[in-house]
Amino acid sequence: MRKLLALGLVGGLLAVGAQGVMADENAELVIDGKTFVTKLKAPADSPFDEILSGWRFRTDETQALQLDDFENPAMISAQYGEELWNTADGADGKSCADCHGDASESMKGLRAQMPKWHEGKKTLFALEDHINWSREEHQKAKPWKWESQEMVAMTAYIGLQSRGMPVNVKIDGPAQEWWEKGKELYYTRVGQLDMACSHCHENNYGNMVRADHLSQGQINGFPVYRLKWQGMGSIHRRFKGCMDNIRATPYKRGSDEFTALELYLASRGQGLSVETPALRN
Amino acid sequence: MQMTRRDLFALAAGLAAAGLISLPADASTDAVEAAIKEFAGGMPETGGVDIGAPEIAENGNTVPIEVFADGAASIMILAAGNPNPGVGTFHFTEMSAESRASTRIRLAKTQDVVAVAKMADGSTKMARREVKVTIGGCGG
Amino acid sequence: MANIKPRVKVPKKAKAGEAIVIKTLISHPMESGQRKDSKTGKLIPRKIINKFVATYNGKEAFSMDLLPAIAANPYIEFSVKLSESGTMRFEWTDDDGSVYDIENKITVA
Repeated sequence: MRKLLALGLVGGLLAVGAQGVMADENAELVIDGKTFVTKLKAPADSPFDEILSGWRFRTDETQALQLDDFENPAMISAQYGEELWNTADGADGKSCADCHGDASESMKGLRAQMPKWHEGKKTLFALEDHINWSREEHQKAKPWKWESQEMVAMTAYIGLQSRGMPVNVKIDGPAQEWWEKGKELYYTRVGQLDMACSHCHENNYGNMVRADHLSQGQINGFPVYRLKWQGMGSIHRRFKGCMDNIRATPYKRGSDEFTALELYLASRGQGLSVETPALRN
Repeated sequence: MQMTRRDLFALAAGLAAAGLISLPADASTDAVEAAIKEFAGGMPETGGVDIGAPEIAENGNTVPIEVFADGAASIMILAAGNPNPGVGTFHFTEMSAESRASTRIRLAKTQDVVAVAKMADGSTKMARREVKVTIGGCGG
Repeated sequence: MANIKPRVKVPKKAKAGEAIVIKTLISHPMESGQRKDSKTGKLIPRKIINKFVATYNGKEAFSMDLLPAIAANPYIEFSVKLSESGTMRFEWTDDDGSVYDIENKITVA
């Protein structure tokens, strides 16, 4: 009985109609002459036929804001990240650049592999964990808060160095356990609305929840500048928003649950181009 | 007297017709007119101003707008359905290649965007354009 | 927000009399004065960029008055035609009196 009710609710939420604000299906994301992979045929074991970047679900006007790095307000954050990269911090008075040099070389490809198993700490690291670990370990600096302007700017700047590269996370070895945990979370019903991620983002992507066009919940563009937020936010902030919406008690940003979910979601978007820092509605 | 719902509707409609209560309307209709008159010194004729805007804005927080009025010295933008209608005013000069400018604005709901142009000779023109703003059902 | 940064996109070279497009963006929350603090329930005071001016060799080329209905991180695009080389100076004035500025040289041939 409980199941039926929940289904009815989902059906009620999804007003599948002509109301939708759809973008041109053939539009391509091209930045500085480089075409990004925003659509690809999914492998046999994927729940999707086609893997689609969130960019494809936005209107023409929203899409356009990501086509030009000057017009994309997310680039301001990445620019601030570059400044922080070159600024000394912590008791040792070192900057990121003092050890890592030119980020466009040393950080290239990192974002595409995150989250990633960290052998030293024996845990799964999101990019934020990596940054804070390095701040404490190498700079003797205080860790940044997950959603602080500095942390988001740094993940945007480091992520930018992988822009255009295919998402390529490792889900075997010690990461496998985390991936399984993330998968379990993805399909587990939670909250007063008793919904799982899959109800919207696997079974109903492309449909409308009232005025919102549901995407596949791909995370290849994070951190993103979101029009709703009028600012930048992390992947975990987005997870929290989703959980709030289905009236569930959200996990904490940086929690094992969210990092496991991040790995699982990243794996569902293998092959999409990293779009960091992207723009969404 | 016991009132049915139908009676209430009839009463409300009657009162509205008599101008005693106002049916839901933009609170700022007067403010819009006042702002136009203050800027233009009267109600300008319609036409001669182009407003470029999405038909449907995905998010009211950031709506791209472009205005153009050939020969305008300044163009004021109003959002007729916002709590405060003022948005901003562009001022052009002899160095302007043309009297055209773009920005991004906030729209609280579906409404008319109004652009009023003041020409170098003091004459004025205006245009209106509806922009639908989608209110999200979700979107975290 | 301690980190307010202006950015402009200006061509380095232009032909005399040719229309060139100038794009500007400044990171600023444009706090409208109508939002309530979710914790205290009190209105957050208005703090916006209220004026933007572009001058070329000291002469006003374009300006804009901004109100709270301008989106966060104000984006302004306009066009100019120039007859001589010089410096374009951009100034954004904040409600608190701060002025953020940036300058760009343009070679006109």
